[in-house]
Amino acid sequence: MIIIGENINTSRKPIGEAVEKRDAAYIREAARRQAAAGAHYIDVNAGTFLDREAESLCWLVETVQGETGLPLCLDSPNPKALSQAMERHRGEPMINSISLEKERLDSLLPVVTSRPCRVVALCMAQTCLPTTVQDRFDAGVRIIRALTGAGVPARNIYVDPLVQPVSVDTRMALAALGTLRRITDAFPEVHTVCGLSNVSFGLPERRLINRTFLALAAAHGLSAVICDPTDWQLMATLLAVEMLLDRDEYCGNFLDAYQDGRLAPGR
Amino acid sequence: METLGALKEAVIKGDIQKSTTETGKALEAGVAPQDILSQGLIGAMDEVGERFAKGLMFVPQMLRSAKTMQECVGLLKPHFEEGAVVAAGKVLIGSVKGDLHDIGKNLVAMMMEGAGFTITDLGVDVSPEGFVEKVREVEPDILGMSALLSTTMPAMRETVQALESAGLRDKVKIMIGGAPVTEEYARQIAADAYAPDAGSAIAEARRLLEV
Repeated sequence: MIIIGENINTSRKPIGEAVEKRDAAYIREAARRQAAAGAHYIDVNAGTFLDREAESLCWLVETVQGETGLPLCLDSPNPKALSQAMERHRGEPMINSISLEKERLDSLLPVVTSRPCRVVALCMAQTCLPTTVQDRFDAGVRIIRALTGAGVPARNIYVDPLVQPVSVDTRMALAALGTLRRITDAFPEVHTVCGLSNVSFGLPERRLINRTFLALAAAHGLSAVICDPTDWQLMATLLAVEMLLDRDEYCGNFLDAYQDGRLAPGR
Repeated sequence: METLGALKEAVIKGDIQKSTTETGKALEAGVAPQDILSQGLIGAMDEVGERFAKGLMFVPQMLRSAKTMQECVGLLKPHFEEGAVVAAGKVLIGSVKGDLHDIGKNLVAMMMEGAGFTITDLGVDVSPEGFVEKVREVEPDILGMSALLSTTMPAMRETVQALESAGLRDKVKIMIGGAPVTEEYARQIAADAYAPDAGSAIAEARRLLEV
């Protein structure tokens, strides 16, 4: 499972303040902790800065890559901010995200084909958020074809099935899980990704719900997850999940983690 | 009124069977439909909104209570004479241009309806011109706008300006909300109110209309 560390997001108060003040030390520590916890990508998001998003995102890219050699996941709905940030990025970034919404597709397609990168592709068409597995799958097929048609290799595409809250409609987790299964069956080379927090919006004990959803999603073919790698319970769940899905020879990682005390509280 | 206490509790709990039974009992006992509505049903939804804003109740429970209330309103409708129901106010609501998210907006619309407001829901991706046209047509007391993306928030400012240009700004109170939206932003764009969730939206709406 590819882990994309989600903590450097300016909508979180301390991160927002650190970016505002250009407190590089704070951001570097946030990056270091996630890298140490096993992140493969570090997500950076300065969406709350509105007009100043591009410059803040660029500063984040430089600051984080000053601390860690990990590739970044450039997270923004703003094509300008994304392309500027991409220019600053050393190595192959992940672009979060593209969708079938016309403006977004038109402005981002040239960006994601300008140099090697991974692309998060949302199963979302123009008119409204999808409600069924079929809607999502159809949108997924179209965005995959749009990207591969433009020259993006299938293995660089990370399809996001769009997880919606079960508090509003108790069928929503199944809709995302069904989509993961269909996409991975139809396109074995394509990767899948999702965030964990949407599913529990509007409910208490969100971490419990989120880490349980991770287990379900992994069993339905999820290849990458956007999450907080410093959440030890989540990472412990992931270790158990990988082992249960026969991805841990001799249960080695799980037992190492146990020996290190990473499966228990008080770390 | 005891009957209404039991009705109120049943709506808060989302017990459709009990609340429809209690509604029937209240009608039979001669309680005025308007009183059943305002004290039994709207009163219950007010309590739900408050508890939700305090983190004591959650989204699914809110949805259940709202559905329960709707069932009871269905029983009351035939007992109201034409035009006898006085609404708390008229609300126009929509998600701004470029934004397809609607969960929060739908919750607000539902809670406002539960609080006795008349709602016209314009859906998602509503342009400033679209809002202006509907404000002119519907003449709401409150215009509610929702945005979930930082990139679509500017459409809120554009809509406020479009209403000014159309000479309609002073005819309507503007309330905004959505995950990236803040009290500060509402001040910046000269909106009249900001609410962080569906529960507080009702309190804000009442404050705006002084009801």
